Amino acid sequence: MVALQAAVQAGLALDVANVSHSFSLAGQPLPVLEHINLRVGPGEFVALVGPSGCGKSSLLRLVAGLDQPTTGAVLADGQTITGPDPSRVLMFQDPTLYPWRTVRANAALGLEARGELRRYGHRVDEALQLVGLTAFAGAYPHQISGGMAQRASLARALVNDPGLLILDEPLGKLDSLTRLQMQSELLRIWRDRGFTALLVTHDVEEALLLAGRVIVFSERPARIRADLTVELPYPRHRDDPALTGLRREILALLGLES
Amino acid sequence: MDALTQTYTEEVAPRRASAARGSAWRLGWLAAFAWAATAAVILGWGDADDFERTNLLGEIAVAAGVVILGAASVHRFRALPAGLRASGAWLVALAIGLCGWEIITAKLDLLPRPFFAAPQAILEVFTDDWARLGESVLRSLWLLIPSYLIGAGLGFLVGVAIGWSRLAGYWMHPVLRLLGPVPAVAWIPVAFFVFPTSRSASTFLIALATFFPVAVLTWSGVAAVSSAFYDVARTMGAKPWFLVRKVAVPAAMPSVFVGLFMGLGASFSVLVVAEMLGVKAGLGWYMQWAQGWAAYGNMYAALLVMALMCSALITLLFRIRDRLLSWQKGVVRW
Repeated sequence: MVALQAAVQAGLALDVANVSHSFSLAGQPLPVLEHINLRVGPGEFVALVGPSGCGKSSLLRLVAGLDQPTTGAVLADGQTITGPDPSRVLMFQDPTLYPWRTVRANAALGLEARGELRRYGHRVDEALQLVGLTAFAGAYPHQISGGMAQRASLARALVNDPGLLILDEPLGKLDSLTRLQMQSELLRIWRDRGFTALLVTHDVEEALLLAGRVIVFSERPARIRADLTVELPYPRHRDDPALTGLRREILALLGLES
Repeated sequence: MDALTQTYTEEVAPRRASAARGSAWRLGWLAAFAWAATAAVILGWGDADDFERTNLLGEIAVAAGVVILGAASVHRFRALPAGLRASGAWLVALAIGLCGWEIITAKLDLLPRPFFAAPQAILEVFTDDWARLGESVLRSLWLLIPSYLIGAGLGFLVGVAIGWSRLAGYWMHPVLRLLGPVPAVAWIPVAFFVFPTSRSASTFLIALATFFPVAVLTWSGVAAVSSAFYDVARTMGAKPWFLVRKVAVPAAMPSVFVGLFMGLGASFSVLVVAEMLGVKAGLGWYMQWAQGWAAYGNMYAALLVMALMCSALITLLFRIRDRLLSWQKGVVRW
């Protein structure tokens, strides 16, 4: 497949330093994250799993720079994150494509927003090719399937040549077959491009198939309960006994004895 | 408001024809027959009084019958456009309606004149007074279109400002809430007093009538934009101005067009009232003038022209909408 030509930069190093975060709900502070310390090295693929609503997505918003932590700091390559930056791109559970733009125009969003479309316009078609959407470049979002929409969303993220790809359950709403396909494509693109990846998922198996490390969170307010390294070569198989062993361990940590 | 316009336009929208290709166009044959019969009534049955243009009306009915007959014959060899085929029942109904109208007015003189005009009397207005009617249309459009564009433009800008900026919302929202629901015609006494000319006063009133729905619906459209759309662009380095132009505005466009549609309807009513009260030109003035001379035929003719003009403008607006919002799924066809 095609590698994006623009300098394949090494992944970004991420440092979550003693972060606590709370929302204000009806005037009451609602703590969602408590004393989170996490280091992610450049090019690592780290998965975050935890009970629903535990605050994983809040952590991703802090990393993306969309929100500021109540206490503590999040650092990218040693610099405190104060706002969003195209080097850290977020991919959501919903494709959030703009319905009034074609697939190509959606993928071009980041370049257009920064006024770089003229200079790096070629990246758009390269990214579409990378995710296999070249034939649908002119289609509108309502004309394509959910899986294709999520691919388009991935292409839109990759066009920015991110150092960190933040994935907030991006495959959560896909049917199981499309999901398997997207998992291997995500893996292929990650290995090809060398960015750092941070994935929130509900699917423990997905975390184990993709990530080099799996962080297990507790219930809200989220704390890190375990930090497991997955030392298995790619491509991994879901019925690998080492993988099923880790799966059982994680499920037990989540209180789901199987 | 959205749902209201939706159902309204859906009811008006013609249903798509499902006639099979190449089959006989039975309604077409029936329509040709109905128009021939109508022509026979008009031409063969003597008028109850002296009416001009009876012959011309009959000839038009004959021509309609011949054209439809031709189309029905052609259809046996080459399928007609679905739109024309689907109008078969309407062509029959129009012939029957014209025939009935002709009989109770011109032939039997059952309705009191001059309040009820015969078809040929209205036809006579078009053949004899077309220049003045045409000028009235142009005068109406010349007043309506610039005023509508001013009102729509300002409404759009204010709507975006309120939807986007908290400060703009703080100052403009209460004003809009208090003054917006006042019918634009309620400002007539003030407007004709404050503005130096009746034209500028009318422009103000029409613009005002257009402004309110456009502003409110643009505002609600902008306010309803999913915050995820902004997050996506922000993470990719978009500045606020980009978010307004490339996210908020396009996302709000469906709602903006509902406002433009409602504003156009409101602008029509203000136009007619303004022309009847102060402006000495245009279709509203023509109707007022015709009624003053008890020339009811002229009044009905002007009413018909007005219906065609307003409908054409709405159609134009919907065409523009369909073109700009072609990305939307399942848009209502006008």
